[in-house]
Amino acid sequence: MKDATQSRLPRYAFVVFAIVMCAIPAKAHLNSTGMGPLYDGLMHFLMSPEDLVPVLALALLSGLRGASYGRRALFTLPVAWLLGGLVGLSAVTATPHPFIAAGWFLLLGGLLAADAKVSLRMTTALAALLGIYHGYLNGTGMGQIETAAVALLGLVFAVFVLVALAAAFVVQLRAHWARIAVRVAGSWIAASGLLMLGWAVRTR
Amino acid sequence: MNSSRPNLLVRAVPLAVFVFLCAQTAFAHPQKGEAVGFLTGFRHPISGLDHVLAMVAVGLWGAQLGSPAIWVLPVAFPMVMAFGGMLGLMGVPLPGIEYGIALSAILLGAAVMFEVRPPLGVAAALVGFFAIFHGHAHGTELPPGQSALLYSMGFVIATGCLHALGIGIGTVHRWAWGQKLLRVAGGLVAMGGAFFLWKAVV
Repeated sequence: MKDATQSRLPRYAFVVFAIVMCAIPAKAHLNSTGMGPLYDGLMHFLMSPEDLVPVLALALLSGLRGASYGRRALFTLPVAWLLGGLVGLSAVTATPHPFIAAGWFLLLGGLLAADAKVSLRMTTALAALLGIYHGYLNGTGMGQIETAAVALLGLVFAVFVLVALAAAFVVQLRAHWARIAVRVAGSWIAASGLLMLGWAVRTR
Repeated sequence: MNSSRPNLLVRAVPLAVFVFLCAQTAFAHPQKGEAVGFLTGFRHPISGLDHVLAMVAVGLWGAQLGSPAIWVLPVAFPMVMAFGGMLGLMGVPLPGIEYGIALSAILLGAAVMFEVRPPLGVAAALVGFFAIFHGHAHGTELPPGQSALLYSMGFVIATGCLHALGIGIGTVHRWAWGQKLLRVAGGLVAMGGAFFLWKAVV
């Protein structure tokens, strides 16, 4: 009996070893910074241009419109992002649609380039939609709920800081050329969106 | 001696399996990765002299024309160029791309050389028309396996930097000698365009 157990052990070990080595990459997209989940979430946002650029565009747009718009975006966007993320944590995985990503670039970049006179209500709606959509996508890919909630907080904190800095920077701009430089940045974002749209059609 | 051989075999098999399962991703030709995507996109507009000449000429002409053309033209060009790039990516054919690119350098260079001052709409339409050819060429020449987002951003930022270079050079327009220098630069751009047109025809 003892001999039989000993002879099966290498086989079991081999099977377990093979299964472990065949593990496919996790779909969760949080990279470890080594400083804990809060910083993982923060760095995830800063290293993800598909999240960062639309937020930057919205912050610049609200900054161009004025301080009250900036304040509205500053609080609406992170709160919506957090809500979207919390819903996403309990959802099954969702794949970001390339057309929607390109659409955000086009819409926000275009509004910024045109220096569109968007209303405060429209700014709020844009911030809420952007936050809920991206937050939801972030939440679905974060993995274990305990660490993911903390990572989400780090991510939302990064959104808050970016909107605060970018909107405040633009609000205080007075020189005509400086405000035009902000609009040029918007045209670049919109142009990137157009190319992404073409890419999305090509790879379909 | 015979009894030691099966033992060696049993030990060697897991080792071999381990080595095979630990195989890393091959770094074959189309390099992947986000930084690569950005750099490839950034390099693309500055890798061809015909593109560079036309894009710098847009900045030079904008600087000559002054406000608001100084910012309308460099905003119009990347937007319409991206539209052309989108058409190229979607596989929509556009005839005479090489001729269009060469002609853009000739006409924009000539506009700088003769300091042509058309209405803003006409200038923007001319720049936008030629931007479609440049964008289409970039879109169809896109290498596979790149990050779409970062490639696009690198591509647009490089184009914007070339316009900014043209505007920067164009600031000499405030001095009399600078105006002459800009005209000479426009002539050089037009000559470069003529060379590329000749190459496209031959």
